[in-house]
Amino acid sequence: MFTEKTLRQMRDGMDKWLAEVRKALNSSSARKFSTVSDLDIKPIYTPEDIKDLDFASIGYPGFYPFTRGVQATGYRGRPWTIRLFSGFGTASDTNQRWHQLLKEGETGLSTAFDFPTLMGYDSDSPRARAEVGKCGVAIDTLADMEVLTEGIPLDKVSTSMTINPPASVLWAMYLAAAEKQGVGWDKVTGTIQNDMLKEFVAQKTFMCPPGPSIRLVSDTIEFGTKHVPRWNTISISGYHIREAGSTAVQELAFTLADGIAYVQDVINRKKMDVDDFAPRLSFFFNSHIDFFEEIAKFRAARRMWAKIMKERFKAKNPRSLWLRFHTQTAGCSLTAQQPFNNVIRTTTEALAAVLGGTQSLHTNSLDEVLALPSDFAVNIALRTQQVIAEETGVINTIDPLAGSYFVETLTNELEEKAWEYIEKIDKMGGMLAAIERGFPQLEIANAAYKFQQQIDSGEKIMTGVNKYQGGEETPMELLKIDEKVEAEQVKRLREIKRTRDNRKVAQKLDGLRSACKSDRNVMPYVIEAVREYATKQEICDVYREVFGEYRDPGFF
Amino acid sequence: MELLEKVLKGDVLAAAKLIRGLEDGVPEAVAELENVYRHTGHAYIVGVSGAPGAGKSTLLGCLIGAFRKRNMKVGVVAIDPTSPLTGGAILGDRLRMQSHGADKDVFIRSLASRGWKGGLSRATMNTVHVMDAMGKDIIFLEAVGSGQGEVDFARVADTSVVVLVPGMGDEIQTMKAGIMEMADIFVINKSERDGAENLKMSLEAMLAMTTRQSGEWQPGIVLTEAILDKGTEPLAEEIMRHRAFLVSSGDMTKRRRRRAELELTMAVESALRNLMETTDGRYLAKLVDDLANRKTDPISAALKIINLPKT
Amino acid sequence: MGKPERKIRVLIAKPGLDGHDRGVKIVARAYRDAGFEVIYTGVHQTPEQIVNAAIQEDVDLVGMSCLSGAHLHLFSEVVRQLRERGSDITVVGGGIIPKEDAPKLKEAGIKEVFLPGTPLAQIITWTKENVTSK
Repeated sequence: MFTEKTLRQMRDGMDKWLAEVRKALNSSSARKFSTVSDLDIKPIYTPEDIKDLDFASIGYPGFYPFTRGVQATGYRGRPWTIRLFSGFGTASDTNQRWHQLLKEGETGLSTAFDFPTLMGYDSDSPRARAEVGKCGVAIDTLADMEVLTEGIPLDKVSTSMTINPPASVLWAMYLAAAEKQGVGWDKVTGTIQNDMLKEFVAQKTFMCPPGPSIRLVSDTIEFGTKHVPRWNTISISGYHIREAGSTAVQELAFTLADGIAYVQDVINRKKMDVDDFAPRLSFFFNSHIDFFEEIAKFRAARRMWAKIMKERFKAKNPRSLWLRFHTQTAGCSLTAQQPFNNVIRTTTEALAAVLGGTQSLHTNSLDEVLALPSDFAVNIALRTQQVIAEETGVINTIDPLAGSYFVETLTNELEEKAWEYIEKIDKMGGMLAAIERGFPQLEIANAAYKFQQQIDSGEKIMTGVNKYQGGEETPMELLKIDEKVEAEQVKRLREIKRTRDNRKVAQKLDGLRSACKSDRNVMPYVIEAVREYATKQEICDVYREVFGEYRDPGFF
Repeated sequence: MELLEKVLKGDVLAAAKLIRGLEDGVPEAVAELENVYRHTGHAYIVGVSGAPGAGKSTLLGCLIGAFRKRNMKVGVVAIDPTSPLTGGAILGDRLRMQSHGADKDVFIRSLASRGWKGGLSRATMNTVHVMDAMGKDIIFLEAVGSGQGEVDFARVADTSVVVLVPGMGDEIQTMKAGIMEMADIFVINKSERDGAENLKMSLEAMLAMTTRQSGEWQPGIVLTEAILDKGTEPLAEEIMRHRAFLVSSGDMTKRRRRRAELELTMAVESALRNLMETTDGRYLAKLVDDLANRKTDPISAALKIINLPKT
Repeated sequence: MGKPERKIRVLIAKPGLDGHDRGVKIVARAYRDAGFEVIYTGVHQTPEQIVNAAIQEDVDLVGMSCLSGAHLHLFSEVVRQLRERGSDITVVGGGIIPKEDAPKLKEAGIKEVFLPGTPLAQIITWTKENVTSK
């Protein structure tokens, strides 16, 4: 990268600098300078650090290995989607919030479902008691989905749905709702998260055991490839892995390892060509509080995935090599103490995601440690992205930090360390095998415990929590979910069950059951059931019946 | 008396408190043991051992279901190691059996080893006795397989089940520990893995080598996939088959006698260990000094403590 | 007479459908490192499962975590069932709990509520001071 002359000059300068530094610091400082994930950072980075770097590994945006981005035109060609994760109460409540956000400038929708929905239970299930509408919107049948999407042109707006075990069901409802709007499946755009592996590793909304869960994922990928071409049928996620306490390297490695497992399964099970479906795979990362570590992580992710798709899976279509991702700023970095500080945290995390080239971004609201976002807080979250996009100038040039001695070194380091994990997982027989023996779960639990100890000892700081405490307690208006929501939803559900054609529902569920027992793709059967207003639990109960239920093995 | 009545009626609250008192060596609880013990002897005891990661807890979760289907009342004693550094423990076996957490006729109790090596402590036996007195028909003992521990288990249980997993290097362990002679049933769990067939063949070969007379019990090998509840029924059948064999061959009496002998030994050992704690500190210190200075020898010193008049 | 060794036994549980277990696992380890015996029930527990476990294990403390907003119902239900069955086990809770819900929880019988950001040492100290094995 550099001529011998430049390097010599640089080394002379370095010696002078070191001498100066030694004078200034008589004793070595006791404080560690490391990232939030404990990667040690040097005081200074110089050309020496990247002297062996091949320019080809940085390259150009839109060209292999995509370190600088998957789009050649960067944000100048197409800004990132402002996509705020939202949902609460009934479909009607959420529909209102969605319209409001779109009006305020959001450019894509993102659905937060309540826990009963996430876990495949209806609002009238005893397991749903006190949970309906609390963490997200309650969607029991197609009727709810129709209300949720009312007034929203499904051929123009892309919708992301954070849903995992019942992803096939909610997606079917969305597709059926689009039908009712007169929008063809070739027009709808959006994403379903549909990433079961990370559930077993981190988020723990699971239903059926890993084997059948992967089958359902592959079914949706196959169906999407054939019938819903503008849909991302999976969002391979690292966000939750990080929220569970992993390091940046682990987030990177485990997410990509999950991706490898999914690609392999679709190829094996569906005998599809990798280039048929790979372009529609998408990813979802966390943007945590350590600014540069995150930027480096995003760049490393793109490069690594491109290599994986090219070398391991021999993909030919350039789009198969693209790692497109959505980012959410780190929920676990926010504090309940002095919540307004969270605005600053979210801002720097959002900035890191933008400098890292994310395709789509959610910014947390300042009150999310306490409740779902209030109107006031969600507005600030939205404006944060708009200020970054319109005022700071960071979008003027693509991948502005390329060439930085520090950032390129850090990108390489994260990549190297992540490869080590992936090799380890390969040796275990892949991610499924690694999950079975608890490897990623234990790594994460250890990292989480270590971090907590560092907070408790003061080695790592959280402002307002273990340093700079006190200060005025600002009274805040928190969003409260009306207890009536549950009763309303249950009433509505009962009414639907009464007025639909129950015989047809039973028929369709039988059809689904038989499909599950065979190796036919379940999606068409789910869609048929959903059209008859089968509930999500009725469909999930079929899954549970045929595939069994997964119990938390509690890896510590 | 009242406590005993409650326990005999199956009162979980009372039984749980008694188990705790016995575990902690609380005098009132220890006094109850005499009464409780007289009401034991009904429950059938199954010991389940195997290396960590073999899937014992998950397997037990399945077995509980199988025996509940047979309308039997089930008890489980699950033991996890106490951390030698901190004295604390995470008792994580119950977690994998929690699907039975709402069944009134299933009693699961987690115990920390509290320094006992080999996973079989008096607390374990006392817990079994209380569950027995409560009316449990079958009680499962689960612990970490650690050579000696497995052997102890086998001596205490009516049926001793050893759980192996393909590819964990189990073959060598089983030969070393002498477990081949002691185990009544072998389970190969995670049998979908590569190497399951090989493990089965190795086991069969080794079993063929150990001398057993005809008329003696021939240990069976059951393949399971506990995580999918596969192989549970055959395993339950095998346990019942072993039980039937013990009864018809008269071996049951022998085993129960063996258990009693082991319990007596454990009780004596425990009482002796107590002696060290209850002996007057200064007297003890002087003995230790004398020993260190070669003024006496270990055996004479020990006898001095043992023969001390009881205060 | 031999000194009885009275360890504190704690049950850590996640009631309801919320599966976020980062916090409970950390607290469980902290308890173990402080010399307690910890039984962890795993995620997705019904109040009934938690109560059964607490009684069978004769624990001195039940600690629950809920991040889904259903804490008022779930925590109080556990206390109610425990008392109904004649148990006086101390119950505490943590998770995503707005400050104004803490008094309501205490009224329902939750002895202490540990809000986000509570240092582990504080939880341990509170336990040592307020929980004894009976």
